[in-house]
Amino acid sequence: MKKYSAFYGVPYIIWLILFVIAPLVLIAYQSFFTIGGQMSWANYQTYFHSGTYLRMTLNSIWYAFVITLLTLVISYPTAYILNQTRHKQLWLLLIILPTWINLLLKAYAFIGIFSQNGAINHFLRFIGIGPQQLLFTNTSFVLVAAYIEIPFMILPIFNAIAELNPSLINASRDLGATNWQTFSKVIFPLTLNGVKTGIQTVFIPSLSLFMLTRLIGGNKVITLGTAIEQHFLVTQNWGMGSTIGVVLILAMVLIMFVTGERRKRGGDK
Amino acid sequence: MKMHGWHWRHLYLIFVFALLYAPIFYLLFYSFNQGTTMTHFIGFSWRHYAELFADTRMIQIVLDTLLIALLASLLATIIGTLGALVIYQVKRIWLKNSLLSLNNILMVSPDVIIGASFLIFFTFFGFKLGFNSVLLSHIAFSIPIVVLMILPRLNEMRQSLVDAAMDLGATNWQVLSRVVFPFISPGILAGYFMAFTYSLDDFAVTFFVTGNGFETLSVEIYARARQGISLEVNALSTLMFLFALILIAGYYLLTRYTTTKRRQRRYQLEAKIKP
Repeated sequence: MKKYSAFYGVPYIIWLILFVIAPLVLIAYQSFFTIGGQMSWANYQTYFHSGTYLRMTLNSIWYAFVITLLTLVISYPTAYILNQTRHKQLWLLLIILPTWINLLLKAYAFIGIFSQNGAINHFLRFIGIGPQQLLFTNTSFVLVAAYIEIPFMILPIFNAIAELNPSLINASRDLGATNWQTFSKVIFPLTLNGVKTGIQTVFIPSLSLFMLTRLIGGNKVITLGTAIEQHFLVTQNWGMGSTIGVVLILAMVLIMFVTGERRKRGGDK
Repeated sequence: MKMHGWHWRHLYLIFVFALLYAPIFYLLFYSFNQGTTMTHFIGFSWRHYAELFADTRMIQIVLDTLLIALLASLLATIIGTLGALVIYQVKRIWLKNSLLSLNNILMVSPDVIIGASFLIFFTFFGFKLGFNSVLLSHIAFSIPIVVLMILPRLNEMRQSLVDAAMDLGATNWQVLSRVVFPFISPGILAGYFMAFTYSLDDFAVTFFVTGNGFETLSVEIYARARQGISLEVNALSTLMFLFALILIAGYYLLTRYTTTKRRQRRYQLEAKIKP
């Protein structure tokens, strides 16, 4: 079988070169070109010296952090309780099912729900608070982003909890630990890998959800993703867009480094 | 695990499920609205479905999207399967790990980065944006998931199976088609399925590389959602929701069918061995 491997590996290797390595090299290369087509460090200088870009980056990281935290707080208990139910695979499937609905459709649903006469404002009027401006606010952006990311956080945590050896929990109880001690000293540390994977899968996309900032956030929140999209497709300043892209890639590498290894997904041994 | 905790746990689960499904059902519910807003339900009507089916442009976009998804997932599955075989056969650890890291780059990159870098890539080589660039991009970002679905199956496969086939004089092709492929076929199926949904769901990458003349469903929905509410989109989401349900049920039945068939075959074999 060995002597043929070089032959049938060709399409895959071509893919690696053309669609993995080449685009990365090109985006780094493009980031050195100004809008006028000159090659220089100008884009990086603009990025690091004008306060706007740095503030935008910090803002974007802050929102991604809030979204990730909110998702984690909702998802961890869910994953934990799901693991104790009887038909847990079926329930898990029901958690995953919403991810099959196109993201744009989910965002679109919230345009209706959060609108002036939408469901939430109906409810607010009913309990006497009165209608509020919900759509096109930062809060609505965070809520919708968290809504979309919840299943991606539940899944890795669920798997980590499912792999947990129940005798460890029993041992902890037998030795007189309270529920809280069992959780904080045994369960949580042992499922930390699932949490880390969840944070990776939620935090990185949260930096780049440009369609939500447009449809739900009303362009009030500018994430790194929005800035890149703006530079590439609206102002046509590809150089600056690529520079922000390089920053986003570096941020991604940093996050992967902080949260441990690559996404644990079978494959690696 | 005290009894009083039981109640609250389940209440919490119900709350999370309600949270996850309420927006979806809200969307589906208003597709039957006689009026034209997503806020006041006047009466039941099929009119938005009628509008949808009369909208030939929309139907063309749906067909294009399905075509892209079918072609992209098929080609991604073929290339990904070959890729998994390559990575599986590499013996040097550092090379295996670097191939895996390269493979995973597109899995962890934000969509915007993939889209922007592919756009630069196509423009750099003077490739015209449209159907072909979208198809190539979808193949490209679906390959890594196929590889990741197949590799665990390959790692589970016992080397002795391959050795036995070789000893018995099987050619390379026979080893692949009679031993390796049947063993990894659940992984291939799962990979195809994932690639299909990736392609169907993608918005950001397509948005970057689609150019002017060609549109997929996600791009069209984005354009319409920016203009405001049109209940035709709600009608479309109902149909897409049903399609997703059918797809999942089909996948579930297919995997059940292949495993039961395999089990049956094993029983028959055992019956033959043990008289």
